[in-house]
Amino acid sequence: MAKGVKPRVKVPKKAAVGDAITIKTLISHKMESGQRKDGDGNVIPRSIINRFTCDFNGQNVIDVTLEPAISTNPYFEFEAQFPEAGEYKFTWYDDDGDVYEEAKQVAVG
Amino acid sequence: MKFKALTAAAALLAVSGTAFAGGPDDDTLVLNGEIEMVTKTAAPEHMENIDEIISGWHFRTDETQALQMDDFENQGMIFVDQAMEVWNTAEGSEGKSCADCHGDPADSMAGVAASYPKFDADAGEMQTVQMQVNDCREENMGAEPWKYDSGTAVNMDALIASHSRGMPVNVAIDGDAAPYWEKGKEIYYTRYGILELSCASCHEQNYGNYIRADHLSQGQINGFPTYRLKNAKLNGSHSRFKGCIRDTRAETFSAGSDEFIALELYVKSRGNGLSIEGPSVRN
Repeated sequence: MAKGVKPRVKVPKKAAVGDAITIKTLISHKMESGQRKDGDGNVIPRSIINRFTCDFNGQNVIDVTLEPAISTNPYFEFEAQFPEAGEYKFTWYDDDGDVYEEAKQVAVG
Repeated sequence: MKFKALTAAAALLAVSGTAFAGGPDDDTLVLNGEIEMVTKTAAPEHMENIDEIISGWHFRTDETQALQMDDFENQGMIFVDQAMEVWNTAEGSEGKSCADCHGDPADSMAGVAASYPKFDADAGEMQTVQMQVNDCREENMGAEPWKYDSGTAVNMDALIASHSRGMPVNVAIDGDAAPYWEKGKEIYYTRYGILELSCASCHEQNYGNYIRADHLSQGQINGFPTYRLKNAKLNGSHSRFKGCIRDTRAETFSAGSDEFIALELYVKSRGNGLSIEGPSVRN
């Protein structure tokens, strides 16, 4: 597992049905591009988050492919329509096979 | 308030054309919609050449400014989180963590960053936050000291600073601190390097003007440690001093040296009255 990876998500605790809510996500990750070399001239192997998804009650909201040029600690902010009370589930996929998950409940209010 | 900063963008473009390009803007810094920060105020009495002191935040673009207004978007807070883990981890021969003695840093560290560097009568020297932390590590924890301005040390510095945000900088410059302050002042006004530039050449006589494509600020350090977009990590004030002196093409002092400790005290005292912002976001 890559070191120091910690997902963070900011979602409102409640929202009105039909509203577009703003979702912010940030995962700390070094996003090693695979282009750099270490002091001895050896290539530092690529190690990035290559995919990010958000699902709401099992239905996909956003599915992102990340490429090596994306900077360290990738941050995503997007709007999602809020149809009913439920759970937003966030998943990040690491090159090394690790999967980081986070979930947030949003109530009608 | 964030709304204001964003909508002010269009207005700003118009204003900055007529005002001097690269100068400070008139936005208001409110942290997380709660803490209103003092980012412009009357200069402390000891300053001879400047009437109003201005945080470096005002010299940045609206996008960079917005990053600092919300802890979630401020990537410096990632490193504060990492420091929090270190805070709670026992280390050294005594098997103690920071938390064992100091508890929750939100209580025990409030106001610390605002009053440091501070003269320590027991040690008989001027101490920065990082020196104090290392003293504690060696004497109370039996742990190895951290290298000055290294990643872990500067992260801890930021954790401590984050609990003073919104409090006014108030470092003592009289009494035992006076000789250090005088030394710092002398360094501030000394021209270094092949380019023969002093701190004052840029940050006192030319703040608000461009240095190549970048804006010169007043060089205030109330926002340190600073998360810089250019290197995606936290940067200590001594590293910043070093970078500046290097840019004058001089041999620099090193982070943690007596010269930089004195300079930190002097520069910090030039910000007496501004709110602590660390970890701030700059480019």
